[in-house]
Amino acid sequence: MRALIHKYSVLVFLLAVLVGYSLFDQVFTSSVIDLALVQLKELLLVVPPVFILLGLLDVWVPKATLSRWMGTGSGMTGGLLAFLVGSAAAGPLYGAFPVASVFMKKGVSFTNVLIFIGAWSTTKLPMLLFEISSLGPRFALTRLLIDIPGIIIIAVLLNRIIPEAEKVDMYQRAEKR
Amino acid sequence: MNSILYGVTAVLLLISWMRDRERTVKALMKAWKAFENILPQILIVLLLVGVLLTMLDAETIVMIIGDSSGVFGVIAAAVVGSITLIPGFVAFPTASLLLSAGAGYMQIAAFISTLMMVGIVTFPVERAYFSRSLTLYRNAFAFLFSFLVAFVIAWVEAQS
Repeated sequence: MRALIHKYSVLVFLLAVLVGYSLFDQVFTSSVIDLALVQLKELLLVVPPVFILLGLLDVWVPKATLSRWMGTGSGMTGGLLAFLVGSAAAGPLYGAFPVASVFMKKGVSFTNVLIFIGAWSTTKLPMLLFEISSLGPRFALTRLLIDIPGIIIIAVLLNRIIPEAEKVDMYQRAEKR
Repeated sequence: MNSILYGVTAVLLLISWMRDRERTVKALMKAWKAFENILPQILIVLLLVGVLLTMLDAETIVMIIGDSSGVFGVIAAAVVGSITLIPGFVAFPTASLLLSAGAGYMQIAAFISTLMMVGIVTFPVERAYFSRSLTLYRNAFAFLFSFLVAFVIAWVEAQS
């Protein structure tokens, strides 16, 4: 119970500030709450299946398998696979972090984890059609074409910059999660 | 799209249940734990996004990036995109609206790209899963990369 209170303390504090502020500006507070609720609805709609898939992945796919497909020795195929899985994703970027954490636990290489996050963040295929209809095919396809090398270059750069010890620490923490 | 996601999840869950009930329960427990772990931070993010979107409505955004031309507008658009977090199905129509309201392609591309790749409000969540320096570098690189995206898109759109 104490842990629970501790976990939600910042949230409760923020809500208290917001409610207190409503004494001065009720429109502001109700707009904030409305916008948060709209997003909460979106979250509850998309996120549950993502987490269930994550759970199934965790219990059914052995570490050896995923590590062979997307581990350090997987080369181009592993990168491509990481990119495709990330692009097929649904949901906001913060949904990618727990999935990436399970990937790390299953021995996916650091570069491929980063490619996965890059793809999830910006080349989501379900969103592509939507982008085409709003901003036009020229805009959407140019962005996709430049994002593909961009994601790979950023992943490779990050893999070089981050010290090995720090990566080991991240993998160990993922293991415990 | 959601129905595909739900359909695939339901089928896999059913197969899992038929093959091994115990494991399936374990998978669901893990799913719940992962969700419950991230939930308090996500709720904070949603509240902060609510505050941001209340302060930065479409009119304000147009004011920042609409009339202002060139590099300043692009930087402003990239900063606005970095601090806001809007789901794609809201962001694209908004961007299209901003375009017809007078914003340039370069600004809109910078806005869309940073919106998707850079997350300032989700910084604490990202740091908890990875590390402080990785989160800093990833967001910094994504921010800089978004300018390249903006220039290329502006160039391509100018070719017509």
